[in-house]
Amino acid sequence: MKNFWSIRIGKHRLGDLTFHLVNGIVMLFVVVVMLYPFWNTIAVSFNDAQDTLRGGITFFPRVFSTYSYKSVFKNKLMATAALNSVLRTLLSTVLGVLVGSLIAYVLSRRELVGRKFITVYFLVTMYISAGLIPNYFLIKDLGMLNKFSVYVVPGLVSVYNIVVIKSFIQSLPDSLTEAAMVDGAGHFRCYWQIVLPCCKSVLATVALWCAVGAWNQWFDTFLYASGADHLTTLQYEMMKLLSSAMQSGRDLSSIYGNGQQVANTVTPTSIRAAVTIVASVPILIVYPFLQKYFVKGVTLGATKE
Amino acid sequence: MGKYQKTLKKMAGQKILYLMIVPCMIYTFIFSYYPLSGWIMAFQNYKPAKGYAGSTFVGLDQFMFLFEDIEFWRSVRNTLMMSVMNLAFSFVFAIVFALLLNEIKSLGLKRITQTVSYLPHFLSWIIVCSLVSNILSTNDGMLNNILMGLGLIDKPVLWLGEQKYFWWVTTFSNIWKETGWNSIIYIAAISGIDQSLYEAAELDGAGRFQKMWHVTLPGIKSTIVVLLIMNLGWVLNASFEVPYILGSGLLQDVSQTIDIFVLKYGMSIGNYSLATAAGIFKSVISLLLVFGTNAIANKLGENSLM
Repeated sequence: MKNFWSIRIGKHRLGDLTFHLVNGIVMLFVVVVMLYPFWNTIAVSFNDAQDTLRGGITFFPRVFSTYSYKSVFKNKLMATAALNSVLRTLLSTVLGVLVGSLIAYVLSRRELVGRKFITVYFLVTMYISAGLIPNYFLIKDLGMLNKFSVYVVPGLVSVYNIVVIKSFIQSLPDSLTEAAMVDGAGHFRCYWQIVLPCCKSVLATVALWCAVGAWNQWFDTFLYASGADHLTTLQYEMMKLLSSAMQSGRDLSSIYGNGQQVANTVTPTSIRAAVTIVASVPILIVYPFLQKYFVKGVTLGATKE
Repeated sequence: MGKYQKTLKKMAGQKILYLMIVPCMIYTFIFSYYPLSGWIMAFQNYKPAKGYAGSTFVGLDQFMFLFEDIEFWRSVRNTLMMSVMNLAFSFVFAIVFALLLNEIKSLGLKRITQTVSYLPHFLSWIIVCSLVSNILSTNDGMLNNILMGLGLIDKPVLWLGEQKYFWWVTTFSNIWKETGWNSIIYIAAISGIDQSLYEAAELDGAGRFQKMWHVTLPGIKSTIVVLLIMNLGWVLNASFEVPYILGSGLLQDVSQTIDIFVLKYGMSIGNYSLATAAGIFKSVISLLLVFGTNAIANKLGENSLM
């Protein structure tokens, strides 16, 4: 058998050729599997709702229509949801990056008295959490139920992000800040004018994580703000669409699929497809451009403490 | 000057640093440490109207009640099973994917595959669940269409309606969402392996798979261990969203996890004490897992996290 794979075709071994062929096919398969569900949703969202009920939409719309999107954008609740999603994402990202980098800067100063204690003080919170009920009471006692602040304030400090930024700052040469300190710059100026500008790549990563986390969050709306329509978010609206679909039977499409709702020009399926695209495209447009940054950031996060 | 005075003087010189960090520490105290006082509820028959001081102390009664509840143990089993399946399969898939991707020669194909494989990570679980329910649908769902097209089944399988499939549904949802993302770290670790090791192995007559087994895998072993420890601490938290969103009433026996149990008893039924007790149980198990794996990693002479 070993000899068989060693047969040469031109200058390549048969075994190598077979391997690369199979491997390439496997990778193409991965690409299709990762992409298709999303691609198919795009096709459905741009297809006429009634036509979709006939089934068989795969890669492209059969009867092109933007009606699903029009009805999503006309819906007042959806407009509120989109606005809230954008606002919470912007605020959480800006504040998250500032607070995270500030803490990371302080923890990276070797001369800080009590540095070890303060570091452990933050690290411990990564592993110990009070849990759902005590946290709910905390939010309630702080008066943040059904307030916009509940989207921004509780998640401000992410220890994981701090660890990542700190590893990056520590990889910078000491001379960088030493020179500034000798020139009489205080710690705040050192942080703001020297360290932050050097951290652009890692801050881009952390900003992406903060943005993704805030944008994709639905559970806090569900738990802390479900009583307030004006605080709804895109993901929460999506959650409501999906759960009504799941609860109205084991399978949504078998209920709406038999054409009973012929009078309607939108169907739950088409609306859900359109909301899926609206609620995910903003991030999917951004991430490929930040790829080289977050790849580095992930690696920093797993380096030893 | 005494030692303390020296330290104090040093601290005084660093007051800006403290000005920067102390507000953050207070914040962390309020949002991470202070809520731990809520654990008192688990040892009381807590009534919100009476507060901690006014509620009756019941000792370990809530835990006793919990441990006699078959529904609770079922939640523990579901949590553990789904967590272990997720963890094991995501690790294997991510590592194999990284190994195979590393062998791709064409830079273009490599880059496209990588970028596309990260896509699902950026989707929310709500959207992933929505996509999963589309794919598994009995009416024009992709999986049923393909299986029927191949003649493997005669009529659509109710993937989301039968208990026996549910854990696999959650596992594969996780694999789909996170394989690409998890592989980032392995790809980075592989690229850091000393190339001369491969050359030496080649001189010894090692083939492609032998090099993977004897050079690449040992080269990323410490990365695997560190990640395993980090993930074990969070593994029980991971089993909330998919079971909560996709596990409808009929599937409750296999889909209800500890988190869902806490949500149900705490928020819907209003039995805060019992729910908190269940939450504490989960936290303790998580901690044991972290320290346990860390200790084992230490014994094996691997880099440990703490």
